[in-house]
Amino acid sequence: VAPIHYHHHLKVWDAAPLGSIRGVFLAAPESFSPGAAAAHCSRNGSPERDCRRIGEGEAVSHKDEKLPKSRRPASPKGVDRRVFLKTVGVGTGAVTAGLLQPPQAQGAAGGKVVGPGPIPVTLNVDGRKHRLELEPRVTLLDAVRDRLKITGNKRVCDRATCGACTMLMDGKAVYACTVLAVEAEGHRITTIEGLQPANGLHPLSAAFVEHDGQQCGFCTPGFVVAAKAFLDEHPAATLQQVRAGLGGNLCRCGTYHGITEAALEIAAKGAARA
Amino acid sequence: VPECKYNWPDAADRHVIGTRVSRLDGPAKASGRAEYTYDVHPEGMLFAKVLRCPHAHARITALDLTAARNMPGVKAARVIQAVGTEIQWQGDEVAAVAATTEEQAEDAVRAIKVEYEVLPHFVMDEDLAAAGAHAKPPSTETTGDPDKAFAAPGTVVSEGYYGMPVIVHCCLETHGSTAQWNGDHLQVWASTQNVSGIGGDFAESLNIPGNNVRTICQYIGGGFGSKFGPDRWGIEGARLAKDAGAPVRLMLERDSELLVAGARPSIWGKVRVAASPDGKITGWDSETWATGGMSGGGRMPIPYVWKIPNNRWKHTSIAANIGGARAWRAPTHPQAALVTNCALDDLAAKLNLDPIEFFTRNADLLGDRAGVYKEELAKAAELSQWSSLWHRRGQAGGGTVKRGLGVSLHTWGGRGHNSNCAVTIRPDGGVELALGTQDLGTGTRTAIVMVAAETFGLPIEAITLHIGDSIYPPSGPSGGSTTIGGVSTSTRRGCVDAVNELFAAVAPALGTTPDRLEAVGGSIRVRGDSSKAMSWKQACSKLGVKTIHFTGKNPGPCALNSSGVGGVQVADVSVDTETGIVRVNRMTAVQDCGLIIDLKTAESQVYGALIMGISYALYEEKVMDPTTGRMLNPNMEFYKLAGLGDIGEMVVHMMTGPGYDERGPVGLGEPPVISPGAAISNAVANALGVRVPTLPLSPDRVLAALHQA
Repeated sequence: VAPIHYHHHLKVWDAAPLGSIRGVFLAAPESFSPGAAAAHCSRNGSPERDCRRIGEGEAVSHKDEKLPKSRRPASPKGVDRRVFLKTVGVGTGAVTAGLLQPPQAQGAAGGKVVGPGPIPVTLNVDGRKHRLELEPRVTLLDAVRDRLKITGNKRVCDRATCGACTMLMDGKAVYACTVLAVEAEGHRITTIEGLQPANGLHPLSAAFVEHDGQQCGFCTPGFVVAAKAFLDEHPAATLQQVRAGLGGNLCRCGTYHGITEAALEIAAKGAARA
Repeated sequence: VPECKYNWPDAADRHVIGTRVSRLDGPAKASGRAEYTYDVHPEGMLFAKVLRCPHAHARITALDLTAARNMPGVKAARVIQAVGTEIQWQGDEVAAVAATTEEQAEDAVRAIKVEYEVLPHFVMDEDLAAAGAHAKPPSTETTGDPDKAFAAPGTVVSEGYYGMPVIVHCCLETHGSTAQWNGDHLQVWASTQNVSGIGGDFAESLNIPGNNVRTICQYIGGGFGSKFGPDRWGIEGARLAKDAGAPVRLMLERDSELLVAGARPSIWGKVRVAASPDGKITGWDSETWATGGMSGGGRMPIPYVWKIPNNRWKHTSIAANIGGARAWRAPTHPQAALVTNCALDDLAAKLNLDPIEFFTRNADLLGDRAGVYKEELAKAAELSQWSSLWHRRGQAGGGTVKRGLGVSLHTWGGRGHNSNCAVTIRPDGGVELALGTQDLGTGTRTAIVMVAAETFGLPIEAITLHIGDSIYPPSGPSGGSTTIGGVSTSTRRGCVDAVNELFAAVAPALGTTPDRLEAVGGSIRVRGDSSKAMSWKQACSKLGVKTIHFTGKNPGPCALNSSGVGGVQVADVSVDTETGIVRVNRMTAVQDCGLIIDLKTAESQVYGALIMGISYALYEEKVMDPTTGRMLNPNMEFYKLAGLGDIGEMVVHMMTGPGYDERGPVGLGEPPVISPGAAISNAVANALGVRVPTLPLSPDRVLAALHQA
């Protein structure tokens, strides 16, 4: 079997959604470097499959830490989140899931094994803390959708291609299908619902309605969240920047015309932060 | 047209119909509050996962679920296809389990012990000669005398090869449903285009009365023709729920969505087409073949739209070991349009004629709507700046990036389906509508409410609408662009009946007769006399304790709609001759669809169709591996969809006004997705001077065509 796909820094065998891979290696914070995550946990029942390691001490206690530069959109002006997610790591102090490095590399990272059963995970979603018991392999998306029943963000490709799952992690867009719930611990997670005021619509959501940037609507929540993160970084985005910057999300009905108009309207108003 | 009480209002009397209204469910969708089938999560729900055959053709020789049943969290497990069954495509269902968590269900599927005897497969359908026994006996038909037409002195003949591979629906919300039993009553939340009808299919397969099934689908994440029935996985999900005594969600994985949940048949074909020296089409001769899985790929309407006097077609359906075809937005038309419009474009080039001039010159072959097509060709030429941007084939000038323009035309039926709309007016002024229809994202909700608002003279917000549930009066499945014609007319008839009864109740108080009343601007008044009026609420209070209730139907009295539309599109592309990359600069679409209810969502249908068309013209292909028989790209990174940066500028023009409006609403979903493939292929040929014969127009195909030229 040859690796055919890359989940940002992670290589994934075969056609496996991240959630179906049981092996999770949680690196010690200081040992992580992009592309060098260390652990091998095959999904196909090999002996390494149940390996669990976690960084010593508080691997996930970084709630107030801003994301490192490496997590921010890369140049030019970080407009392509696909590239960004492919090329950067999970971040200083965060945990990571290394899947394909040879087993002997595991020790070097100085992590420790957790699991294989559920472990306690606290998620800060839309301003509320939720204590959960999750297997380490559960993705942020599945934890939020199926455990917390906050279902606005959708599962579509389940492998960081289409962006329907896009949530904010400390204000930055992430593909929640490709972030483990344990990776999200200690970070502020914002879903599409979390963006909305109590009795109304976020201006971006309203702009999607006004410009009809939606048909079936299944890609829409992810697009709105991605547009929010993008316009926060590029409040006066041009047409070309919008085309590149929202290129990490896909739609099947063909709503890009309205989405582009919506994003440009908000950019013209400079109101993405509202 | 004889006067009829249900007729659509004249243009001067329309206040809502034909305006631009934002889709009413837009806020729910854009805020994440809309609940899709995939989001439904009843208490105690289990997750189901399916074991699928990895082989394109195999026989199950051993199957043991014992270990799977003993896995943690597993509550039910079922054999779907027993030992001895011959599997005919990769991804076919073998067994399923339901467990407390999704991860446990995945583990349990891996614990199923299964063995196969792998059998020979056939998955590559482009080479007809290699199909052997997989090719069914061809069908053929001859009209006129094509041999004589081709042999006529001075005849100009163009020959070409054209085609496109199988593509898939790739709905963003995968197929699936969640089933919950209460005794022998089943409630099913299904991702379906068929809210009123799908329950009967569940009932039949599960051997329970149809009355016992309730189906709910408030929101659906894409269907495009692939979501009408419960599918085997839906039935098995319901059975797992019965066995487990708990609700079960069974939604397909992304890979299975692309493997088994819908495909559009391929088309490949050799065409000869003839014209007189002055550019009149005189003859057609085609041999085509196609697959759409084991049931083959049936005949397409070739030659398409053009009624060519002397023509012969021959078509071969090929059975291939791939997941079966389903209706894909405008079934058979994009394929037929590609083969026909590209062949005619090549003929025009051979005649050294501008293809729009060539099409116009032959408009008498376009049948009843020749006049519409001529009007649309002229409009498309104007909006695409054809006269200044078009050049003769291959004369795109110097430089390595070549620009070109291409044109295509299409047709579709789109007559309204059967529909019932329950209309209620309450004494407190409340208005409620209920239909067992569904909104696929086409704007069905919005159009229904707009028709009611128009008929009652009320604002949009005054109307409450219920759809997406089989407890409401039945309405047809949303396929073939039949929904708008069905629901708009049933709603109109029901609302006209209801408002006439209201007129009867208030006429005495206004000192007039019911036939002299009208409902305008939130009031009931004597026609043209605003001094004799009362507010809607006041009027309804005259009902006392009575509630008005009618069911409007389609079909019904008065011809409120019709069928048959045209449509012309122009593609403007640039092709990099060094890299083979095709970029769309601009797509221009000119489309008629009778009376437009909501101009905003109607235009969105066309924008969306253009984008979907760009996607299949340039990127989409179900890539099969001849050695293993497997699909190589059952995912969204290698099954390419157009992205936001791939679409260029889009110009959409809807034909409205006299000649169009009086036809009533005609379906719009399918027609604009038909032409992009042909228009873009023709634009690329115009840019390069050579035909890239098959879609998608990927860099390798473009470079190969340039190399062979």
